[in-house]
Amino acid sequence: MADVKKIATRDSYGEALVELGAQNPDMIVLDADLAHATKTLAFQKAYPDRFFNCGIAEQNMMSIAAGIAATGKLVFASTFAMFAAGRAYEQVRNSIGYPHLPVKIGATHGGLSVGEDGASHQCCEDFALMRAIPGMTVICPADYVEAKKAVLAAAKHDGPVYFRFGRLAVPVLFNENDYSFELGKGILLGEGKDVTIVATGLMVGEAIAAREQLKNEGISARLINMPTIKPIDREILVAAARETGAIVTTEEHSIIGGLGGAVAETLSGICPVPIIRHGVEDEFGHSGPALEVLKHYGLTAEKIVAQAKQAIALKNS
Amino acid sequence: MDEAKKKSLTKMALRVRMGAIEGVFHAKSGHPGGSLSVADVLTYLYFEEMKVDPQKPHWKDRDRCVLSKGHAAPALYATLANRGFFSVDLLKTLRKIDSILQGHPNMKQVPGIDMSTGSLGQGISTAVGMALSAKTSEDSYRVYTVLGDGELGEGQVWEAAMFASAKKLDNLVAVIDNNNLQIDGSLEEVNSPYPIPEKFQAFGWHTIEIFGHDFDQIEAAFQEARTVKGKPTVIIARTVKGKGVSYMENNFIWHGQAPGQDLYEQAMKELGEQLAGLED
Repeated sequence: MADVKKIATRDSYGEALVELGAQNPDMIVLDADLAHATKTLAFQKAYPDRFFNCGIAEQNMMSIAAGIAATGKLVFASTFAMFAAGRAYEQVRNSIGYPHLPVKIGATHGGLSVGEDGASHQCCEDFALMRAIPGMTVICPADYVEAKKAVLAAAKHDGPVYFRFGRLAVPVLFNENDYSFELGKGILLGEGKDVTIVATGLMVGEAIAAREQLKNEGISARLINMPTIKPIDREILVAAARETGAIVTTEEHSIIGGLGGAVAETLSGICPVPIIRHGVEDEFGHSGPALEVLKHYGLTAEKIVAQAKQAIALKNS
Repeated sequence: MDEAKKKSLTKMALRVRMGAIEGVFHAKSGHPGGSLSVADVLTYLYFEEMKVDPQKPHWKDRDRCVLSKGHAAPALYATLANRGFFSVDLLKTLRKIDSILQGHPNMKQVPGIDMSTGSLGQGISTAVGMALSAKTSEDSYRVYTVLGDGELGEGQVWEAAMFASAKKLDNLVAVIDNNNLQIDGSLEEVNSPYPIPEKFQAFGWHTIEIFGHDFDQIEAAFQEARTVKGKPTVIIARTVKGKGVSYMENNFIWHGQAPGQDLYEQAMKELGEQLAGLED
């Protein structure tokens, strides 16, 4: 894939903020001393009067964002996923979630692909934490195009939204001209009848490769891209369970409480089929170049292939 | 302040106290001590200081107040009800299953509540957000937030204090309800925040110290705050926990429990007599 264009979803986020800033003259962006890394710097340069660096104080930033939203303005608050969903969890829950204020949280550096910074900065629990807050929308875009369209769409949503973006440059998978993002909708990327792979974030690229490998082995895998983890697209999941009888979820997140959890919770009461949750096992990450870390923890197409075969075996047992 | 106005505010603050006790008694739970200590400050805010319209609780240009010490909700509800935001009859429904009056303030349900609070330390930050928003779009409304003194133990308060002075939010006024008692005992016994004025001064705030049950001093403090430019103001209001009810005064056990029938009747009698003493 050497010739494939690669861009980090956080770059896309920065560009989307600048676009939104032009459309919304009142919009405010907050950051917690990570503007260079989260890419909110682009907004700061374009609209310096509407950008505020809150310093290294994420809890205060989230509650400030709530106060701004309460005055009727569009507001984004950014920091790393670890500090947005982790450090400031209770502020997000009580200042933003409980009053259902439409704060948009742009969390970057989610998952293991943070790489060298290691476990203290590799947040693999954010989907679980944010998903548990009533009324919170959780979005994890797969590529540059999806990230941008998701941010533009979610800005219009009258409720809180948590975005998880990545540090690592990832392949551009979609075409800007024919991709459309709809909040709460999964996207069918390939038909199949033996098993369904449900992927989110940077695992979508791996899942596309896995589907090809399975195809070469005579296995027909349906592939669903699930950018919105909450509210999850029940319709597309139930149809996949009924029509393919086995599911593999794949995500750069703990196998506890993330996409896999959401899919299992959804299907268990409607159409229970074997579901293999592929992701980070119940362990912390560690330092290393991003791609090596991902490989070390098995977040690869090869592992998805193996899990898909296991799901099919369970279905047939 | 002229005597007629002072009398009127004093009477209103007694009605607020009675409304708070009424609510806590019927709920069989809640926080009477800190509701009584903050009653005069809240009365002054909603009846004199703030630009609000009970008919238009979401009026865009209104002044805002965030009760950061959200557990004093019974006093805030009683203040709002007496100000006309909703019926005083509702006060008896505090904490009941079908009531809009939640144990801690919920902005989505109660007219006049500008922010949902209850988790200490967060309210001041949300008030900072409102004040920042006003500055950004050059809106003229002012933002007030009322904190407990025990609440100063939350690190987030100091994050907010640092940010508010860094951004020169002179449209923000914080009031510390300094009754010197928190849930487990006196502030010194638990984890002293003293000296409070020096801490806020070090964080770049203008500080004013008053006795929080004297309307002359309360008025002078809020008027002084309006003249301060380039920095936020904090009013450290020394108060009496349980103020107005003899057996509750300065007794931390009344931080978070409701009186039974006899003590409820005694509290209402005491407050009622104070009110009757002011009638012409």
